[in-house]
Amino acid sequence: MVKSNGTRSGKVYFGMLFLLGIAPLLFQWTNQPFLLDLLSRGLIIGIAALSLNLILGYGGMISLGHVAYLGIGAYCVGIPAYYDVYDGWIHLSLAIVTCALFALITGAVSLRTKGVYFIMITMAFSQMIYFIFLSLEEYGADDGLVIYARSEFPLWMNMEGAVSLYYWIFGLLILTLFFIHRLVRSRFGRVIIGSKYNDLRMQSLGFNTYGYRLTCYVISAVICGLAGVLLGNFTSFISPEMMSWTRSGELIFMVIIGGAGSLFGPLFGALSFLFLEEALSLITIYWHLIFGGLLIALVLFGRGGIDAWLSKLDK
Amino acid sequence: MKQTMRADSVLSIKSLCKKFGGIKATDDVSLSVSRGGIHAIIGPNGAGKTTLIAQLSGQIRPDSGDIEFDGRSILRAGMAQRARAGLARSFQITSVFLEMTILENVMLAVQGAQGHSYRFWAPTHKDQDLSDMAMDHLTTVGLHHRSGRIVSGISHGEQRQLEVAMALATQPQLLLLDEPMAGMGKEETFRMIEILSLVGAEKTILMVEHDMDAVFSLADQLSVLVNGRVIATDSVAQIRSNPEVQKSYLGGSCA
Repeated sequence: MVKSNGTRSGKVYFGMLFLLGIAPLLFQWTNQPFLLDLLSRGLIIGIAALSLNLILGYGGMISLGHVAYLGIGAYCVGIPAYYDVYDGWIHLSLAIVTCALFALITGAVSLRTKGVYFIMITMAFSQMIYFIFLSLEEYGADDGLVIYARSEFPLWMNMEGAVSLYYWIFGLLILTLFFIHRLVRSRFGRVIIGSKYNDLRMQSLGFNTYGYRLTCYVISAVICGLAGVLLGNFTSFISPEMMSWTRSGELIFMVIIGGAGSLFGPLFGALSFLFLEEALSLITIYWHLIFGGLLIALVLFGRGGIDAWLSKLDK
Repeated sequence: MKQTMRADSVLSIKSLCKKFGGIKATDDVSLSVSRGGIHAIIGPNGAGKTTLIAQLSGQIRPDSGDIEFDGRSILRAGMAQRARAGLARSFQITSVFLEMTILENVMLAVQGAQGHSYRFWAPTHKDQDLSDMAMDHLTTVGLHHRSGRIVSGISHGEQRQLEVAMALATQPQLLLLDEPMAGMGKEETFRMIEILSLVGAEKTILMVEHDMDAVFSLADQLSVLVNGRVIATDSVAQIRSNPEVQKSYLGGSCA
């Protein structure tokens, strides 16, 4: 790991982050508010994919219920807003605490299982959340919930306009990337990666891997929940549909085509996924067909995902 | 073949039993491993050697009996707990992290012996202590000059050496080695014998092994396992001349 990263200069990555950083200016200059919208959405989903990658790519825990945390995060904006509570700090803390608790409880159960069983049980838990929100008449049930105003923060960091919200998203993205970069190289990260490859061996080395994996699961859920807070603010309309398990499936796709277990890959995956979806749907109404074919081709022939191709450029 | 339970035994196994369906994989095994030196368990295929090792390391639970390590029963402890208590295991099927470098493998093992790893920020590759300790163990097994290699690209023999280095890195009192010579050529076996005799001078080793030359040149004590039962435990010379052992296992060829 140390080796393979050492040969990369990181130019491609820093170049891309720079472009993302100045994107709002470019879009304003060229008068393309729609593109800013699309990119904002892409980055939020990108953060969610990065958080999934932490457990899936680095930890080998294939969760088919990760969007539950995206949804919980969004409802942590929506439900307080419904009671006219717009304080952003409350939204953020609520999302962190709720996601951590839910991940701790469901993770404690799910991580007793392995492989297919883990996939099924994470999916079952997320479906539980989905149906709970579906049955909450007070909060709109399947009609969803409209959020009339964005979370309130001190003036210098407010998220009122499209551009300031974008920079919130961009900021969380940078934090997430930096955090994961440090985490996977730390002692904790090495244990997580080791237990992906050979959990039994890790135990024989004295690691109680269950505790490490559970901690990782909770961290990943909290990051995803934070992305959810931004998603709630971004869409201003939230519904249980955003927590359906098929969405979790899409998230897995993004991680895989971007490059599971690479730092930036899932971000590339999410952006390409959403842009392709958008672009193809402009061309033809049968875009699903082409899109599906492309995804299959990417998985079949794109070993290591987009990140692997980019790293060839980045020597 | 009464085995006296010596006071300085590091591991004592008492009437251990394990059944898989109708097969008694471990049939009333009692064994004492004294501190220091190398104790080898030999026996034909299917005698239950790996099953015994797996029960000692905590991978599978026995049906009855007891295992005392360092004077205390460890029956209730899980694998990780036993490893931290000083019981290291290497695997019959090479079980190293193929995707990592040699050094990273041993660093993980060192980490395992150093208390908890809930440290989320400092990168391990800049941790000089961690890599120094790992390098020490690699020097012991003679892999220090190969430390940067990705494990999937090194030879089988080197992977087996790495296994030993990793077991050593967990700071064990007792090393459980499950067929350390498995699948090795003559040259590699010879190297491994050298390494193990070096290690055996400082640590207690309990090993399961097929290679008789290796066993006879390394072991101080020998136990013979046949059909899940220990039929003899004695010094190497005594075992070689034991008629019962010759009949049921050595088959006269080693007489």
